[in-house]
Amino acid sequence: MSFQAGIRAGIPYAVAAVLVAISFGVVARPVMGTVAPIVMSAIVFAGSAQFASVAVLASGGSAAAAIVAGLLLNARYFPMGVALAPSLHGGPLRRALIGQTMIDASWAMASRGGGRFDPAFMMGATLPSYPCWVGGTAIGVLAGDVIGDPERLGLDVLFPAFFLGLLVGELRGGRLAVAAACLGAAIALALTPFTPAGVPIIAASAAALIGLAGNGPEPEPEEANA
Amino acid sequence: MSDVWTTIIVLTVGTALIRASGPVSVGGRELPAPVMRVVALVAASLLAALVVVETFAGGDDTLELDERALGVAAAGGVLIIRHDALLRAVIAAAVVAALARAI
Repeated sequence: MSFQAGIRAGIPYAVAAVLVAISFGVVARPVMGTVAPIVMSAIVFAGSAQFASVAVLASGGSAAAAIVAGLLLNARYFPMGVALAPSLHGGPLRRALIGQTMIDASWAMASRGGGRFDPAFMMGATLPSYPCWVGGTAIGVLAGDVIGDPERLGLDVLFPAFFLGLLVGELRGGRLAVAAACLGAAIALALTPFTPAGVPIIAASAAALIGLAGNGPEPEPEEANA
Repeated sequence: MSDVWTTIIVLTVGTALIRASGPVSVGGRELPAPVMRVVALVAASLLAALVVVETFAGGDDTLELDERALGVAAAGGVLIIRHDALLRAVIAAAVVAALARAI
């Protein structure tokens, strides 16, 4: 069953997610109070967007500015959803609901090479992260005074390190995948000083267009990441 | 309504719409082979961008080289030795970044 296999594969990410969620709770409480950060984690359920919009509010920005920052970071779910779409079956409502279960890690882990995805695996891999994300936020909000500065504990490198691990799996897709990764990283770094947060990541997805240059056989299907 | 709750509610609705938009607009049909070759590379390009942005982007749209880079490099070292040692790589990253900041 790929749903159950997805749940197992999603557990390491959920462990990282609980720690990152604790740091979110710690930084969000002075800005949002005790209830709002937990509700936000439960209904927005998108880490980088939550950090970005709280950072805007913390610096005295308006709700509109906080919303734009969060939506820019989440805009990457559009190209991700387009990539996922050919692997989905059923009507628009069913596809829209499956789209709600997309998070970076589970989406990447469900990638099977050649542009194919395993939606049941993705839904399973997202499942452990949800209670961990919401519960971790609650811990951070309630125990913020005990925890102190999350950066002191190195919690801010958990997600980039995890994404690096997922990237290593994607690079088995062949030379074109390596080229797309290098180009994507270069685009993101080049745009970071000049554009609002979120834009460099969406723009980096354009690096995938080098796939149009390839005309060889489709990449070999990959093994699932553990 | 306060800025906090306005932000949460609009962000929730907007995020749900974005997550639905790809699957609803394209869903369920086979795409031409060249498009599928592009789709196959979206994960590599997005993940690489997430890694470098979360490692090097500073507070106000600047690039910074700090302890995060050491932590992520440590994760890279673990992954070179074992491709699938994801959790060990993540722990190594946090430990190295925390130690570097403690020094």
